[in-house]
Amino acid sequence: MNEQKINSNPPAFSETCEAWNILSSVNDPEIPVISIVDLGIVRDVKFHEEMVEVIITPTYSGCPAMDFIGANIKQALTENGFKNIKITHRLSPAWTTDWMTDEGKQKLKAFGIAPPVGKSFDKDYLETQEVECPHCHSLNTQLISQFGSTSCKALYQCNNCCEPFDYFKCH
Amino acid sequence: MDSEATNNAKKDLVNYALFLADSSLIMGHRLSEWTGHGPMIEQDIAITNIALDLIGQARNFYQYAAEVINIQNDKKVTEDDLAYLRDANEFKNLLITELPNGDWAFTISKLFLFSTWQFYFYQTLIYSKDEQLAAIAEKSLKEVTYHVIWSGDWVIRLGDGTEESKNRMKKAVLNLWPYTGEMFIPAAFEDNLKNSVSINFSNMQNDWIEKVKLVFSEATLSIPEKMWMQSGGKNGVHTEHLGYILAEMQFMQRAYPGLEW
Repeated sequence: MNEQKINSNPPAFSETCEAWNILSSVNDPEIPVISIVDLGIVRDVKFHEEMVEVIITPTYSGCPAMDFIGANIKQALTENGFKNIKITHRLSPAWTTDWMTDEGKQKLKAFGIAPPVGKSFDKDYLETQEVECPHCHSLNTQLISQFGSTSCKALYQCNNCCEPFDYFKCH
Repeated sequence: MDSEATNNAKKDLVNYALFLADSSLIMGHRLSEWTGHGPMIEQDIAITNIALDLIGQARNFYQYAAEVINIQNDKKVTEDDLAYLRDANEFKNLLITELPNGDWAFTISKLFLFSTWQFYFYQTLIYSKDEQLAAIAEKSLKEVTYHVIWSGDWVIRLGDGTEESKNRMKKAVLNLWPYTGEMFIPAAFEDNLKNSVSINFSNMQNDWIEKVKLVFSEATLSIPEKMWMQSGGKNGVHTEHLGYILAEMQFMQRAYPGLEW
């Protein structure tokens, strides 16, 4: 049923839109409350002759979820009628938390993970002092370890409510 | 360029990518030996995360090396072939990466000296005319920045810690120092690639020593006296330790070629 869709060249604006909408429903496997679009992993969607190319970038070099994310993208697009899907990995420009959407940050917070503070070009992010506790919203928190349950997170503790929490570190 | 010159340029680029891949893989493998054995759960997790970063960086360099090897080559190789089916004398990793972990002080000092070298190396490599090397360096640099901070904090904590931790750090630094020299001596493949990857080795060494001095002074440790330096890693001449690592790491692929899981 989608032969026509794939063959139309150049693609109609609505198809690009549709593809992005579908990708917005693909969640990150490790933080299932946030989509790969919110995380900034999807860099581009291109329509070639009879092929859709989705360009993704890894958050970290050793991110074990990349192959899984690629498979999930293929599945979601296939289920919605797209054919011949190609996943391309791109390293440069390197992924940064600056690409995370505001909506994504809000979702992280609601899930109990403190979103990145500051911009990655600002080297002070490495010494970020004020990370807000996602539970009680206190700014009186301390770093326990630069590395948490996954590469992208650091471990913090709130001095106010005493709860430990993950911080999605600036990158 | 005639075909011989093209072949030589290709060989140098492959060796260059392999040198960086091997160094990250062996360091990552060594650090992964701490998984489940770290002194505290947080540090166990941290060092495992760092190992993962390094193995990811190694994969990027191996994939690139395989891509270059496969240009106009009938026999295709993969990243796995390069990691699992080469012998010790073909590995080009820095010797410091293959040294056994020893105690926590030794591991920390090794990681700090190595990560700081990686930091300054990648900081130059991002300007390479070779786009893929530059892209991998750009990606890796962000991760290495955290490794330098984490290991540096531990150098300070242990160096400026108890009498016991300080003595262990002094011993670790003294034993590791002879393995830092080869970081700043270009191998033939590095010299040959000067035009596309321009690294000023004496500047890099100065930056490295300044950073080490800064952290050591806070850690109340001193830089060792000038001493005789080991070398050979970049050219495939290794310590006895590498063979044992490869035996463990490569066993499955050699016993069951093509095994996947």
